[in-house]
Amino acid sequence: MSKFKNKKSAQLPEISTASLPDIVFMLLFFFMVATVMRDDTLLVKNELPFANQVEKLDNKSLIMNIYAGKPSSRYKNIGTEARIQLNDKFSDVNDIKAFILAERASKREQLRAFLITSLRVDKDTNMGLVGDIKKELRKVQALKINYTTRTGEATDNFKP
Amino acid sequence: MARRSAPEVNAGSMADIAFLLLIFFLVTTTIETDSGISRKLPPPQEEDIVPPVLKEKNIFVVELNKNNDLLVEEAPMELKDLREAAIKFLDNGGGSGDEACKFCQGDRDPASSDNPTKAVISLRNNRETNYATYIAVQNELVAAYTTLRNREAQRLYGKSFVQMEKDLKDVNYSGSKISLKEDIKTIQFMFPEKLSEAEPKK
Repeated sequence: MSKFKNKKSAQLPEISTASLPDIVFMLLFFFMVATVMRDDTLLVKNELPFANQVEKLDNKSLIMNIYAGKPSSRYKNIGTEARIQLNDKFSDVNDIKAFILAERASKREQLRAFLITSLRVDKDTNMGLVGDIKKELRKVQALKINYTTRTGEATDNFKP
Repeated sequence: MARRSAPEVNAGSMADIAFLLLIFFLVTTTIETDSGISRKLPPPQEEDIVPPVLKEKNIFVVELNKNNDLLVEEAPMELKDLREAAIKFLDNGGGSGDEACKFCQGDRDPASSDNPTKAVISLRNNRETNYATYIAVQNELVAAYTTLRNREAQRLYGKSFVQMEKDLKDVNYSGSKISLKEDIKTIQFMFPEKLSEAEPKK
């Protein structure tokens, strides 16, 4: 009988904290991985040009992003002509109107006047496409635009 | 023989180390804010509207052709000289009487612009022009305005225009924001950004 009797059973067993670091590490990795820098997956090549006369775009929620550039290497089947990307998909110039109106409708009414369109255009794009985008934006009265750039000297644009 | 168990390593502090790392990452991950050149597009216009008549000498024509060459007033120019040329044009102040510019420090050449408030920079590009070139030119033209505004702000208020705009956004700014806003408006009125963009030629 006494052979099976546990002498320690009277005391409370200590809770092992050895797995706590694992849990915290898991959290750490989750945060490291889940912190996304960009909300749209890029389908186009998007190497922004350089400029130094820049203003910061502080309020992220008031920015509408329009991407343009040549399709990235994964989407070669679409062709090499520069394309517009709105909300994770390739779009046509005519879709911009609907896109702006939809974005505008999703914002609170007081904020609508402060919306800024951020043009993220690849530096190897022709101005023809950019001109078309601007023309569409004017039609829907989205007049505040920002040519989003990287910070650098203007002459950096001509370095290979 | 009794088996001797290996001494247990205390893992209690491991959690603290991991927490420290976690907090470090949480604090330092600043989602990078974008920056760029802000512009305002002109509102759409009716077809039959007559454009206002401007004197030829008050227009500074900057043209980019399809080979990305820069033409200023129909003469080729290097990009690095553009800022200087634009400043010279805006700051010329060749007008007299009502159109005289009191604060201009330019050559007062009667063949160039009358007054910074009258001077218009017209930027025209081709459909084939490269976007990077266009941005570089925009950048230089904006820089020309900023340089002149900085100069006047320094003279009138003792600090640069860029600093004034930064102060306006700063929540900890100690001075009066209303008067600061007025000052910024004054400078903007002295050198209004009149940058017109023509429809690109086919």
